[in-house]
Amino acid sequence: MPDSTTSRTSLTLASTIESVNTVEHTAEDFAARAGFDSDTVPNIAMAVREAAVNAILHGNAYDISKRITASFEANSDALVVRISDQGPGLDPGTIPDPLAPENILRGSGRGIFLIRAFMDEVHFRQLHPGTELTLIKHRAPAQPPA
Amino acid sequence: MSMKVATRQVDGVTILDLSGRITLGEGSITLRDTVHDIAAKGSKHILLNLGEVSYIDSSGIGELVSAFTSVKNAGGELKLLNLTKKVHDLLQITKLYTVFDIWDNEASAISAFKQ
Repeated sequence: MPDSTTSRTSLTLASTIESVNTVEHTAEDFAARAGFDSDTVPNIAMAVREAAVNAILHGNAYDISKRITASFEANSDALVVRISDQGPGLDPGTIPDPLAPENILRGSGRGIFLIRAFMDEVHFRQLHPGTELTLIKHRAPAQPPA
Repeated sequence: MSMKVATRQVDGVTILDLSGRITLGEGSITLRDTVHDIAAKGSKHILLNLGEVSYIDSSGIGELVSAFTSVKNAGGELKLLNLTKKVHDLLQITKLYTVFDIWDNEASAISAFKQ
């Protein structure tokens, strides 16, 4: 039974592949300590990894002068992860559907799709410059709207 | 853990035994370079054994797709062998499970190249 204590941690990291691994491992540890089960923790870690890849590769484009931030918060209701970059900004409406027949054999473009598949909520916010992705995993399955 | 590749030949099929993580960076690049090299040497029948692949991300999935299409476009065939549950689930989610020719028995997979 999760308690009502809120725990938080945050990271500011360089735009490198090593940072992707750091964010992924932090997400894995944080989700496990927050009480998510062993089936859910790897999915959360993968979604957070994909968000970090998106921030570093597509947002900051490996620019060493730019940073990403990753913040993690767990409360009695959910795990909330925010990943932000300093890139030109991402319009989620322009992301192609990787399941569409014309895209199914593309060698890229599945990251945001996987994030949405493994998290309960995904929100985009423009930072001018940059993009913040908020990933939310509820402790219990989300209730369908009435 | 980064990805490792061991290559062997069985009945005209080049089998790549992959292990570790196929992720953005080293793992994906290793897979791309290895498939490119063996295709350049004339291998038309390539079997990727993913039984020891512990993790794959979207970049790794993308490299599998790129390997599949590049071998196919060169007139060859690329099949997958021994998917772990995680990789199986990811290919299901991304609707790639029916794109790849996937086997769980090496001898059967090798025979399938001869049809």
